[in-house]
Amino acid sequence: MSTAIGNTIVSLPDQSTAQLPKRHYINNEYGLLSWLLTEDHKRIALLYLFSVTFFFFIGGAFAGLIRLELLTPQPDLVAADTYNKFFTMHGLIMIFLFLVPSIPGVLGNFLIPLMIGAKDLAFPKLNLLSWYVYMAGGTLTLAALVLGGVDTGWTFTTPLSTHYLNTHVITAAMAIFITGFSSILTGINFIVTIHRMRCPGMTWFRMPLFLWSHYAASLLMVLGTPVLATTLVLVALERLFGIGIFDPAKGGDPLLFQHLFWFYSHPAVYIMILPGMGVVSEVISTFSRKRIFGYTAVAFSSVAIALFGFFVWEHHMFIMGVSSYSALVFSLLTMLVAVPSAIKIFNWAFTLQKGSITFETPMLYCFGFMGLFTIGGLTGVFLGSLGMDIHLTETYFVVAHFHFVMVGGGLMAFLAGIHFWWPKMTGRMYPETISKLAAVTTFIGFNLTFLPQFVLGYLGLPRRYAAYPPEFQVLNVLSTAGATVLGFGYMLPLLYLAWSLKYGAIAGSNPWQATGLEWQIASPPPTENFTEIPIMDHEVYDYEWLANKTKKEVTTVG
Amino acid sequence: MDSALATTDPADLHAGQEHGHVSLPQHRHHFETVEQQREAGSFGMWLFLLTEIMFFGGMFLAYLLYRNWYYPAFVVASNQLSVRIGTINTMVLITSGFCMAIGVWAAEVRRRSLLVAMLVTTTLLGVLFLSLKYGEYHEKYELHHIPGNNFNISMFTNPAGYGIKEAPLPPDMAQKTQVFFFLYFAMTGMHALHMIIGLGILCWLISRARRGDFSAGYVAPVENFALYWHFIDVVWLFLYPLLYLINRHPMH
Repeated sequence: MSTAIGNTIVSLPDQSTAQLPKRHYINNEYGLLSWLLTEDHKRIALLYLFSVTFFFFIGGAFAGLIRLELLTPQPDLVAADTYNKFFTMHGLIMIFLFLVPSIPGVLGNFLIPLMIGAKDLAFPKLNLLSWYVYMAGGTLTLAALVLGGVDTGWTFTTPLSTHYLNTHVITAAMAIFITGFSSILTGINFIVTIHRMRCPGMTWFRMPLFLWSHYAASLLMVLGTPVLATTLVLVALERLFGIGIFDPAKGGDPLLFQHLFWFYSHPAVYIMILPGMGVVSEVISTFSRKRIFGYTAVAFSSVAIALFGFFVWEHHMFIMGVSSYSALVFSLLTMLVAVPSAIKIFNWAFTLQKGSITFETPMLYCFGFMGLFTIGGLTGVFLGSLGMDIHLTETYFVVAHFHFVMVGGGLMAFLAGIHFWWPKMTGRMYPETISKLAAVTTFIGFNLTFLPQFVLGYLGLPRRYAAYPPEFQVLNVLSTAGATVLGFGYMLPLLYLAWSLKYGAIAGSNPWQATGLEWQIASPPPTENFTEIPIMDHEVYDYEWLANKTKKEVTTVG
Repeated sequence: MDSALATTDPADLHAGQEHGHVSLPQHRHHFETVEQQREAGSFGMWLFLLTEIMFFGGMFLAYLLYRNWYYPAFVVASNQLSVRIGTINTMVLITSGFCMAIGVWAAEVRRRSLLVAMLVTTTLLGVLFLSLKYGEYHEKYELHHIPGNNFNISMFTNPAGYGIKEAPLPPDMAQKTQVFFFLYFAMTGMHALHMIIGLGILCWLISRARRGDFSAGYVAPVENFALYWHFIDVVWLFLYPLLYLINRHPMH
């Protein structure tokens, strides 16, 4: 690591003298029960880390099977209905069990109290409960899978899901219903904590941007998720008792389902991406050694995304027979969401300008985020314009678009964050060279997988089919090859991060010389986080303050 | 490690933390003060109620939509509900809300027996509400007005045969009464489910109140539960006119 930054003006602390603290949150108590009954936000974050990683690799396995099936034009690996179950499971697991809880559950839980100088989240018991609720939902999803699967697609589209399928729709719907409560509990906990638990001096505009973006995402969780809950209950009731709310034969309206479903599920993509934007802000600032350019604009753009995010849902329904006038309005609003997202990208770019940039792994992932998210966002503007949408909707163009945003954005940010705070969470460094290799592999694999899908979609290949005309095979083979590289890129961190738990170099309290309060305490932090509640007596991202402080206390690196 | 904290002078810090509150056994260590704990708790409760509004909101949206589409069916079906029982239930629920409010006051002025009495009254009124509701549901069951495969529209296509003074609906519109009854059962059912959960919490609060847990200045659970109970009241205050009174409009 020191070789990588040796020739810059930044002096990172000499880590050879760093030591692990004698007592910290990991070795404070032992035994399985001390983990399963813990109310410590840091331990709950680790519980989340294990479970979201587990579900990520299950969802990833389904992605692999999908790509394998699409290697050839004929449905020869699996039958078409099995293929439907594959992409449904891939979608359900990746969205509800990975992307939604990943960054808030792991990094948010771990860092929010540390960043605002609190001893824990406001409601530690609810926090633990949210993990159990999440696990219950996850287990039920796996039950739906084991019992024979579900093939509605992750959107539970009516009347397909209520009238025409005899797979385990109700089990899956209930699983997602339950998982939703986990995210409601997390959202409530974060909002209350950020409002009520900030340490003295920590004003709203001294909060790291990570907190602003989590605050905005939590608002979406709290306001959106209950609507999804209602919708799924109605689908289950319709299926069980034929109550008719979405059934035109009885006077119901399937379009009502679409409105209710997308009222949650569009804001849900901002639930997935906003926390990632928070991670990127932290990483970019730290490795440019500069205050984030336009801090206030970036902070408010998170809130603006949350606000606009609630008023664009109809763009998922342009071809479903909604009125042309409302389609016009929603098209305009959709394009407006691009503005706050662009504000973020521009401000990060200006933060980099004339910064003392170094290229550690988290920074590489963040560069990946900025590039891929920009492509994903701009193709979103294509899709938001009515004429293009009618041509491109339900094709691979849409698939590529949201994978650029969700995987290229959300997942890249998650990996950036995991690497960036790994020294804080475990007290040890990850191996720098191989992790850079993983970041680059992921980037290449990702582009190889999803760039061909833009072309496929533009040429008119519809999504969700097991078979396709033979002329599309070359692009599909490229995509499958990319997915293989991508899968390799995701396996690497699993291996070397596990390795680093025992063999990684000891990190010390502030290996990156970052300014956040979380970096001013030991790594791993003690159970109570702060022995004395800190006072925020400087602006956020104040690298001069950090330099002065470090000068005064040369002795305390470890 | 302590010196690496972002603190300036430990002495200043302690001065800032000093406060006049008596420390309570219920004070959780991660809150700086009891006041902070209480504020966080009630703020969390308000947020939870916000999610509840969104939860019911989806059904209110469905009501709005279908009422506009199938107004005649909604009127006729609504006339099958007993305004008398509905009104009595409204009174019962408002009274129970009043008792709950008195209960919060009793906890704040530390009058244990009054608190217990008020919580018990609230519970009994809640049970009364649910019993009346059960009576209404049972009647609908006997008339085959529960949506689903056994739903029977003959009362609406041939009201005279049942001795009801209504204009008969054409069969396709009569079929839409099912939508009304579905919304009726979904909304009042969800409301009743919230009440059942509320009654469970009330029993727990009563046993704690009898032990004197809320008679020493710690009232957060009573206060937060009262918010929940009032929320249920407010939902009913929207459901009652929408479901029972839609035909009592001056225009008709």
